[in-house]
Amino acid sequence: METQTITEVKEWIKAAAVEDFPENGGAAVLINGEQIAVFNFTNEGRWYATQNQCPHKGEMAISRGLTGDSEGHPKVACPFHKRTFSLEDGKCLTDEQYQLKTYPVKVENGFVFIGIE
Amino acid sequence: MKKRIVLIGNGMTGYKFCEKFVASSLVHEYELLVFGEEPHPAYDRVHLTSYYTGTVPEELLLAPAGWYAEHGIELRTHERITSIDRNSKTIISEKNLSYSYDILILSTGSSAFVPPIEGVEKKGVFVYRTFDDIDKIKAYIPNAKKAAVIGGGLLGLEAAKAVLDDGLPTSIIEFAPRLMPRQLDPQGAEILKSKLEEFNLEVMLNKSTKCIMGNGSVQGLEFNDGSKLDTDLLVISAGIRPRDELAKQAGLEVHPRGGIVVNSKMETADPGIFAIGECVVVHNMVWGLVAPCYEMAEVLVQNLQGDSKEFLGFDLSSKLKLIGTDVASFGDALVEDKNIKTIVYENKARGIYKRLNLTADGKYLLGGILVGEAEEYNMLKQVVNNKMVLPENPEDFILGARGGEGAAGISVGDLPDAASICSCENISKGQIMQAIEQDGAEALPLIKKCTKAGTGCGGCVPMLDDLLTHYMKSQGREVRKTICEHFNYTRQELYDLIKVNEIKTFNDLLATYGKGSGCELCKPLTASLLASIWNDVIVKHDTIQDTNDRFLANIQQRGVYSVVPRIPGGEITPDKLIVIGQVAKKYDLYTKITGGQRIDLFGARVDQLPNIWEELIDAGFESGHAYGKALRTVKSCVGSTWCRFGMDDSVSFAIEVENRYKGLRSPHKLKGGVSGCVRECAEARGKDFGIIATDKGWNLFVCGNGGANPRHADLLASDLDKETCVRYLDRFLMFYIKTAGPLTRTSKWLSELEGGLGYLKDVIVKDSLGIGEKLEQEMKELISHYQCEWTTVVRNEEMRKKFRHFVNSDQIDENIKYVPMRGQKMPAKV
Ligand SMILES: Cc1cc2nc3c(=O)[nH]c(=O)nc-3n(C[C@H](O)[C@H](O)[C@H](O)COP(=O)(O)OP(=O)(O)OC[C@H]3O[C@@H](n4cnc5c(N)ncnc54)[C@H](O)[C@@H]3O)c2cc1C
Ligand code: SF4
Ligand code: SF4
Ligand code: FES
Repeated sequence: METQTITEVKEWIKAAAVEDFPENGGAAVLINGEQIAVFNFTNEGRWYATQNQCPHKGEMAISRGLTGDSEGHPKVACPFHKRTFSLEDGKCLTDEQYQLKTYPVKVENGFVFIGIE
Repeated sequence: MKKRIVLIGNGMTGYKFCEKFVASSLVHEYELLVFGEEPHPAYDRVHLTSYYTGTVPEELLLAPAGWYAEHGIELRTHERITSIDRNSKTIISEKNLSYSYDILILSTGSSAFVPPIEGVEKKGVFVYRTFDDIDKIKAYIPNAKKAAVIGGGLLGLEAAKAVLDDGLPTSIIEFAPRLMPRQLDPQGAEILKSKLEEFNLEVMLNKSTKCIMGNGSVQGLEFNDGSKLDTDLLVISAGIRPRDELAKQAGLEVHPRGGIVVNSKMETADPGIFAIGECVVVHNMVWGLVAPCYEMAEVLVQNLQGDSKEFLGFDLSSKLKLIGTDVASFGDALVEDKNIKTIVYENKARGIYKRLNLTADGKYLLGGILVGEAEEYNMLKQVVNNKMVLPENPEDFILGARGGEGAAGISVGDLPDAASICSCENISKGQIMQAIEQDGAEALPLIKKCTKAGTGCGGCVPMLDDLLTHYMKSQGREVRKTICEHFNYTRQELYDLIKVNEIKTFNDLLATYGKGSGCELCKPLTASLLASIWNDVIVKHDTIQDTNDRFLANIQQRGVYSVVPRIPGGEITPDKLIVIGQVAKKYDLYTKITGGQRIDLFGARVDQLPNIWEELIDAGFESGHAYGKALRTVKSCVGSTWCRFGMDDSVSFAIEVENRYKGLRSPHKLKGGVSGCVRECAEARGKDFGIIATDKGWNLFVCGNGGANPRHADLLASDLDKETCVRYLDRFLMFYIKTAGPLTRTSKWLSELEGGLGYLKDVIVKDSLGIGEKLEQEMKELISHYQCEWTTVVRNEEMRKKFRHFVNSDQIDENIKYVPMRGQKMPAKV
């Protein structure tokens, strides 16, 4: 069994309005000086968020990656060298040494909020 | 100290010996010293014609130059051995160096046989055997207007087709009353002749050449019957002559008709000297195909190790490659005996002839001939070689069901495990199945890598495919190149589904034919298909595009983008040049001239892109689609307007073609070139399509490539007027767009296209599928929907909004940093 650390959300920060994000795709937001990639899986009605910086070469590009799923698990592919990452836990699916930080997301009153520890 | 084996000849057989040597116990006992007269290490002579059509030598080497040293073999290329001294066990090379041996092996191969015709020494007379021969022919071609090939056998036909495809009208001259007299019967040869004539190869039979005319260089041929033929390039392919001169000099027995005589253990009369390959006579004949030569190498290694093995003869079935039509003969092809039964199928209109020779009781197949259609060749050869009992209606073999599955009830599954599938490498069905089943080699390249099957002449590749398919089916699986886990379709199937059902978005396609959320494979692929079919503005589908297409610019280090305005044909006015300079200066962009004759501006932030483009568009520029799998550039030379050699105005034509296809989305990027004469300054033959002016019009070449896998484009049609040239291009590009796999460049597409260049010519030029007009119509439709994507974006506020780094802030990405370099800027390392 893998253990999952549930981090406690200290604060929900309003990122932007739902319509600011593309459907079935991602965009970057700036929160407390940090770049966060937010993904809108419109068809499934789900949202995910990760750090925007790709751990491979450090490019600020994860939000511009193509989203999709692998056997039902949501993922994103970095546009630079196509490393793919699970959006559930941030693990790199193509190269074990990399890991993305993930953030909880909620939508309320037409706005997207990111949970910060 | 180790004893020493000296091997003379680094050809195909010599290399095979090296390979078997390093895998044997001989390495512990002997060192191996190899001499090759040619400058290159051993290469794949069987595919010499692909060298002719542009494959680089490195790709044809049987092993990279460094392989020999890595395996402890000393290879001395470019050093011919001139004599053998059997008493002192030494050899002497042309450099006057002498080397001693404990064991000497001759694998000197053969040379092209040149009959003693008067005038053979003239300039413009060639043979077709080595890289060097090809270089010489190629260098001479620009001086020639008409070619002839003496010899209508296997090699002569191959050479003739190569020269013809290079753009020269060509005649084949055969002494016998029919082509390929050793493989074909009169009826089959007749059909082949008419096939070749369809390609404009002139075939002259019953001709014996009296002399080669011309003053210093060849100008024509005179035949014994008094007739003459004009030609200024002649290739002689009248058979081979084993290279037995060294053996003869050393006093070893040679055959009266040439060839070093050895017994079935590859031994000469001298216990220290052996000979293998095309230079030997064993069982009273020379074995002029690579498979038996390889077998000899194997026999010798076994014997030297002390195991006993004999060369027992070999199947000489052969299938002709690269001549644009299939020809094969196998087993006993020509038997004329009252006690056998023959089944013949002939269709003159379609140019097909098939003949099967059966035993009188109809139970066994003895051999046969296939002309015009030879899919059944591999299977029939197996049936002969494995003495398999024929099914009830053997004629179904040549009439009915075809292909690996169940030609007349026999399928690859029925072959015994011992059946030799790849005769070049002598790999049995059992070995291949083991690789598939136990080593998981479930794809063609893996099978090749695991077993070496299919790496020789390549003739068994279709059968490897059949074995794999058969295995997969038996496991309830399929081998289809489906896109990914979300779509159980091939690219071509999706193309048709989108078109027929008028699907306009990825979401619709996913909902109707796919599952899940899609991924980084099927999304851009669908984007490309939608663009290829509807030519709709791709920004509407931004989130399914690869990042370059999403932001209509190429992503570079640190996530900045580059901007490439279209400069058709590389022609630009001073005013427009100034605009580019001003824009680059204003936005502080790094500028560089590209290989495609345009100017690349690097270092734009995503939020700057619309502003930069707005300024460029206002000055009359359009998107250059440098970011897309689409038409990039049509490069041109300056052509007849300025160049003193120019035959025609290449710049105007390049501009016309670039403007015609600009924005055209395709399976991969597309590049073109137009040169004003054969000097080819635009390097058009390194492009997906190349157009070269001649004194009679334009030659159209297709499927070339630069980049990592360079390949010269092949001639599709010659001396065309502009209109026809564009029509053929329309057809060609549309056919490619419709049928190629995802991310497949035209050159790779052609190499995988069944029937190859011959088939492509049939479809495009002869319209053999009857789709020419439809393809042209579809292209017209696509072209009519063209719009400059960037113009659409900068004129649309909603679309412009997509170009920003953060959706919740106007701040710029602070991660982007630059350092200066030669008066410009470059991105700083992360
Ligand atoms: C155009 C073409 C197409 C062909 N197509 C097919 C085909 O489809 N199927 C098939 O089975 N076969 C085909 N063949 C035949 C096949 O290439 C030969 O059977 C095979 O190359 C024989 O190998 P080898 O090593 O015995 O001789 P070679 O490949 O001729 O090698 C002999 C080498 O020894 C060198 N040598 C000779 N004398 C000396 C010396 N004194 N010192 C040093 N080096 C020396 C030669 O320079 C040469 O490099 C084709 C041949 C040609 C030319
Ligand atoms: S290809 Fe011919 S016409 Fe064009 S620049 Fe070169 S020499 Fe001149
Ligand atoms: S050759 Fe390599 S480094 Fe140079 S531009 Fe092409 S991909 Fe980039
Ligand atoms: S920077 Fe993301 S995969 Fe290389």
